[in-house]
Amino acid sequence: MSIFIQTRNRVSKFLQAFFRKKRTRIGIYGPPNAGKTTLANRIARDWTGEEMGQVSEIPHETRRASRKSDITISGSNGSSITIDIVDTPGVTTKIDYMEFLEYGVTRDEAVIRAREATEGVAEAMHWLREDIDGVIYMLDSTEDPFMQVNIMMIGIIESRNLPVIIAANKIDLPAASPQRIRSAFPQHPVIPISCLEGKNVEDLYEKMVNHFR
Amino acid sequence: MEGIQIDLISEERLATMTSMEKIRMILDDVRRGTIVILEKGLAPEEQSTLIEMTMREILPDGFNGIEIETYPSRADSPGFLKRLLGKGTSESRLTVIGPANQLRMIKKDKDVISAWISTR
Repeated sequence: MSIFIQTRNRVSKFLQAFFRKKRTRIGIYGPPNAGKTTLANRIARDWTGEEMGQVSEIPHETRRASRKSDITISGSNGSSITIDIVDTPGVTTKIDYMEFLEYGVTRDEAVIRAREATEGVAEAMHWLREDIDGVIYMLDSTEDPFMQVNIMMIGIIESRNLPVIIAANKIDLPAASPQRIRSAFPQHPVIPISCLEGKNVEDLYEKMVNHFR
Repeated sequence: MEGIQIDLISEERLATMTSMEKIRMILDDVRRGTIVILEKGLAPEEQSTLIEMTMREILPDGFNGIEIETYPSRADSPGFLKRLLGKGTSESRLTVIGPANQLRMIKKDKDVISAWISTR
């Protein structure tokens, strides 16, 4: 290879590295069964036409973090952001395989599911420490937002100075109280949504465009 | 006589320990069935590592994780300089940690944590 070509390649690589826009990775975090994968699927479907993961009523259905790249979300004023969405396993401090037996799975399957779930939580924490630039913290608005795991996770996210939007999900249910979530975390924007019905997801997209820019 | 050990760890003792020493002590104690009460709570990074290490030590029919509860932090509004430096003033407070299969939280508010402990 001539010196000219070698030099041109080196300059080209340098310029690419220098000007390449850092990809923003938005992690969807929250306790198990808050609707994280339902939201990830909705975002992916609305903006790319494809889904990300399987949803079920069994806790810890998502046991591996999964990433969907290059999702461009547009706001009403014409601005947009291009992000990677990272759907993460539900974070908890305890996992007992016995709880899966209640859903009709065999003991062996439950043990495997529990082992994968523990690995998934550890993986989610690792992503948060190393590879996440912003967080959508997903809460089930029919549940108590003051659960210790939520307090801890919001504290961990704040300590890393990551921008966070709290999605108060399941507002289609009669027991939903997004106001309780607002009271628990007044320092962060809270968007009441129903991922299942698609209610208010446009508000969430609008907030994402402004907040994660 | 059957009973449950409760270790109350002072703020001074915690201040002499590294993050990993604190987490190792907590997990070793909790896995033995001891309830650990920290006079001052863990830092967010330590909490993150505690969750991760807890997950790695869970075994079927054995240790199934921890129950942890703390008072809400006294988060004062940060001053201009602290806001500029990105430093909040949230302070971790008294924290109770125990085995998930023995410790149940009954009630928590800003001043009271009410817990129920069972023998194994």
